[in-house]
Amino acid sequence: MNNLRKNRLKDQLFKFWGIFCTIIGLVLLVVFIGDILVDGLRRIDWGFITNLPSRKPEKSGIYTALMGSIWILFFTTIIAFPIGVAAGIYLEEYSKKNKLAGLLEINISNLAGVPSIIYGLLGLEVFVRIMNLGPSVLAGSLTLSLLILPIVIVATREAIKAVPSSIKDASFALGASKWQTIWHQILPASGGGILTGVILALSRAVGETAPLIVVGALAYVPFAPENPLDEFSVLPIQIFNWISRPQPGFIENAAAAIIILLLITFIMNGIAVYFRNKW
Amino acid sequence: MSLALIIGACGDKKEKKGTEGTDGTAALSGTIKVDGSSTVFPITEAVAEEFRAVQPKVNVTVGVSGTGGGFKKFSRGETNLSNASRPIKDKEKEACEENNITYLELEVAYDGLAVLVHPENDWVDSFTVEELKKIWEPSAQGKIMKWNQIRPEWPNQEIHLFGPGVASGTYDYFTEAVVGESGSSRGDFTASEDDHVLVQGIAGDKYSLGFFGIAYYAENKDKLKLIGVHNGEEVVKPSLETVKNGTYRPLSRPLFIYVNSTSVASPEVVEFVNFYLDNAGELSKDVGYIPLPSENYRAQKESFKTFVESNK
Repeated sequence: MNNLRKNRLKDQLFKFWGIFCTIIGLVLLVVFIGDILVDGLRRIDWGFITNLPSRKPEKSGIYTALMGSIWILFFTTIIAFPIGVAAGIYLEEYSKKNKLAGLLEINISNLAGVPSIIYGLLGLEVFVRIMNLGPSVLAGSLTLSLLILPIVIVATREAIKAVPSSIKDASFALGASKWQTIWHQILPASGGGILTGVILALSRAVGETAPLIVVGALAYVPFAPENPLDEFSVLPIQIFNWISRPQPGFIENAAAAIIILLLITFIMNGIAVYFRNKW
Repeated sequence: MSLALIIGACGDKKEKKGTEGTDGTAALSGTIKVDGSSTVFPITEAVAEEFRAVQPKVNVTVGVSGTGGGFKKFSRGETNLSNASRPIKDKEKEACEENNITYLELEVAYDGLAVLVHPENDWVDSFTVEELKKIWEPSAQGKIMKWNQIRPEWPNQEIHLFGPGVASGTYDYFTEAVVGESGSSRGDFTASEDDHVLVQGIAGDKYSLGFFGIAYYAENKDKLKLIGVHNGEEVVKPSLETVKNGTYRPLSRPLFIYVNSTSVASPEVVEFVNFYLDNAGELSKDVGYIPLPSENYRAQKESFKTFVESNK
């Protein structure tokens, strides 16, 4: 009896600890978002979206940075998505489970933990200098693609792993080839999980600053990119630049730009949730 | 000397008329690439913004790789102009020579470093450079911990130090001017790359002492107390006047742009640099820096003119 009460007490204690831990994160997030909204919401208007950067905070806008972010996002998607998903399928379905595969696996997991600035240095040397792309949208997108590839690969593998083996077995039993099984059974069944992983990885890419600064993204560009070899700026760089200015008007601008950036990531995460529930 | 200035000024006027004439007839186009110091960035951004109104088809792009990062690109010929918060170093000069890049150095504005304490600090009204050195030099670490170790009449209270991060040009400049060696200081102070954090730190601690660029003081006058520094003759507080006339020594520094000699073959670069020197005075004030005396801009326009002609 005594023991039972003790265990119940422990159970209750752990429950409250768990609630407390959950709330810490949420409260911090709410405080942060609230603070940003108070600082920046009144600054957002159409002019803020369509103006060029300016020395006068109230005339300044995010047009070129926003367009740069969208271009970067687009190219990062079309580069990282097919490569990452194909690599994930290969590792999960085709590769033999030998030492080489084990080595690949460990390396991919390790790559997912490499600090982003290292990818920036790699991108600077390989894409900007050796491939001679210059500090362009394409070089930036390739760099960010490398950065998120490990995440996309791991997410793809997890999603494929979650497909019940009975579906695969049934497909093979009906005489389908491996490719037919992947194309008609596995990919449709795991599509939601794969897309969720890809979109979450892209949400990370859209917030990266350090690798793009190293690659040579600019802080002041008076034009939106018109082709993949144009120079660019992105929202996080614009925010970083404004935060470091002494005039309070720029701090307000930074808050407003953070709201726009948050909005983009929320929309992308929303799409991810939608796909996860639909499949 | 004054005669030379007058002649310079006349030449300047003619020059201006000439370019205005070409403005009306032919609009320039092209791209001008600028990279370098994030300290100089706001001035170049402001100039680029205004230049756009005059020459809308010339795209000026400005990066913030830092003074060193900017010179790396400049020495490879990847940029036309380089922003710098310190003069070019010997190593960077050599890199330029290796790639056959010659350049012109132009001063565009001054930046003053302000020394600050909490507004309720009523005992300090000035520092000598020796006192600042005593506080900040490497050997002070763990030893100079209290206000009364600097001057015996000051309170027997711990001193709390705040300064910019060691990677910043501001830190480099302060240590060079005060300690005598760039990048050498005690390590036990609160460092932040974000100057707003330094403002908060100093404003929230009665026994604090810190330094940062004067523009941040200008925006936070009510929260901080500005301390004058003895320049060897008198105690001077940093202001538009004292930085401009050079009496606020040694804590003020010039900011530079460097112009690549091959770039001046493009008329849009020449036009931009002239526009820069014409407007840097006004625009640097707008973004929180201190303009050079106007004759300095004129003299530099002259030397730029000769530089352009010798590189035609």
